[in-house]
Amino acid sequence: MTRRATPAFTRVLGRQPLGIVFSAPYAVFLLALFAYPLGLAVWISFHDYFFAAPGAQVSRPFVGLDNYVAVLSDPDVRRSFVNVAEFLVINVPLTVVLSLVLATALNTVVRARTFLRVSYYVPYVTASVALVAVWLFLFSKGGLVNSLLGPLAPSPSWLVNGALAMPVIALFVTWKQMGFFILLYLAALQSVPRDLYESAAVDGANRFRSFMNVTVPGVRPATTLVVILATITGANLFTEPYLLTNGGGPDGASASPVFVMYQKGIEQGNPDTASAIGVVLVVCVLLISLVNRRILERD
Amino acid sequence: MRTRRVWSTAALFVGALVFLFPFYYMVVGSLQKKPDTSILGALPLGGLTFENYTAIDSRVDLLRSLANSAIFTGGVLLGTVVFGVLAGYALARLHFRGRGTLFAVMLLVQIVPFQLLIIPIYVLVVRTYGLADSYLGMMAPFFINSTAVFVFRQFFVQLPEDLFSAAALDGAGEMRILWSVALPLVRPAILTALLLTFIGPWNEFLWPFLVTKDQSLQPLAVTLANYISNIAGRATNPYGAILAGAVVLAAPAVALFIAFQKRFTAAELSSGVKG
Repeated sequence: MTRRATPAFTRVLGRQPLGIVFSAPYAVFLLALFAYPLGLAVWISFHDYFFAAPGAQVSRPFVGLDNYVAVLSDPDVRRSFVNVAEFLVINVPLTVVLSLVLATALNTVVRARTFLRVSYYVPYVTASVALVAVWLFLFSKGGLVNSLLGPLAPSPSWLVNGALAMPVIALFVTWKQMGFFILLYLAALQSVPRDLYESAAVDGANRFRSFMNVTVPGVRPATTLVVILATITGANLFTEPYLLTNGGGPDGASASPVFVMYQKGIEQGNPDTASAIGVVLVVCVLLISLVNRRILERD
Repeated sequence: MRTRRVWSTAALFVGALVFLFPFYYMVVGSLQKKPDTSILGALPLGGLTFENYTAIDSRVDLLRSLANSAIFTGGVLLGTVVFGVLAGYALARLHFRGRGTLFAVMLLVQIVPFQLLIIPIYVLVVRTYGLADSYLGMMAPFFINSTAVFVFRQFFVQLPEDLFSAAALDGAGEMRILWSVALPLVRPAILTALLLTFIGPWNEFLWPFLVTKDQSLQPLAVTLANYISNIAGRATNPYGAILAGAVVLAAPAVALFIAFQKRFTAAELSSGVKG
């Protein structure tokens, strides 16, 4: 091999073909475990697909939109989408407001900064399963929360109450994910120009006014990101309905689309309808993200 | 101005205690002989015992589960640090055919919810590749963390160009430049990215839950969840044992996070995210 690459060689492979070697393992990984499954998900959702013994020759006929029709007319699936909508309505605004307010406060605080930061981040780094265990204990019928509330305790109790199960899950996820969003906002706050606050102070704006007029518009790109990421987290909801409310209970009141996907696809062996749910879910997330961007980034 | 700051600090402290309380209660509950859910029961007043830890250990093999979690997490860390750093370096510094596409797909991975892919990945890993009940099957979807690749790329992009041209003038090859020039400079960034990568597989529940039916291979998050949903009803002090398991599951991630909390500052991460 000559030391100097020929022009044709460069044209096909690029100036530093070693990059292809360096990135090959990652490219193969993305192809095998992201791109191909993504295509397969869509393919499965348009076919009569079922699990078969390895090596068995089975026909999986194209069924057009049948799986989508089945999914969209299934009351359990519809219920799960309504449930996750309820989740998002509680979780997203609460997340945006609290994490921005907390990040702003953390940004100015001088004392015990490390302790405060660690306290707010630590739920984010901890396993959902471990945290669900404590919430089960806290919100059980005879749990501490009900002991504190005394006669005000709801009946039936939180996790077995159809009207309260989803709000408790939304609250749990807000608490668990808050640290990450505070971190995002703290990063965004560093790029809000200081003199904007100074001129707001000169104009006689109080703290609330300068928060609304300088901070909120200053971190708007971060807000778009927070809303989109919180929506994706909500769309991925599984562990909490599975464990905290004992399988989407009571009576499906907290079943999430991913939980229904798991039931239909794996437990009942219908990967085709489960894939259709997945595709519908992602289309919804994309639509919500686009609408968010439109609303949040317009001038 | 000063009084306002005092008020906001006080409010932050109250919020912090609310955020931390479940952790405190997890530990207290795991040490109580009988679950005491009264208000005074939240104070660690006597009757504390390690019995719950032996109880959970007799129901699920704690050490085995911890070892499985460690293998699962370790494999992902290894895959990410070896192949992720190579990919991040190539994306930042080398001009090759397909770089733009690879970069675009890497960004796309961050937006598409993993849960959409569980059905086809389950079909592929379990049915096609026959990797059910294996560490490889468990690690496969997480093997190279795309967020970490992105962070690596951002850090390599920021290194001054002169450094690389100087090394190239000295006759260093690309491999040599990566190993002796670029890597030592981004070492702190790699640590940050690895910490972020760690919490993914260590805390992951859904995927290992789907792919492992064999108890002896399940990571702790899965064995604990199975204990919560199946067996707990029959134990004498189910909450005590569950909380003891929760403490064991939470402790390594929390300890690592506290030890390296400086790496989770806004400045540290924003320097990685600004391109």
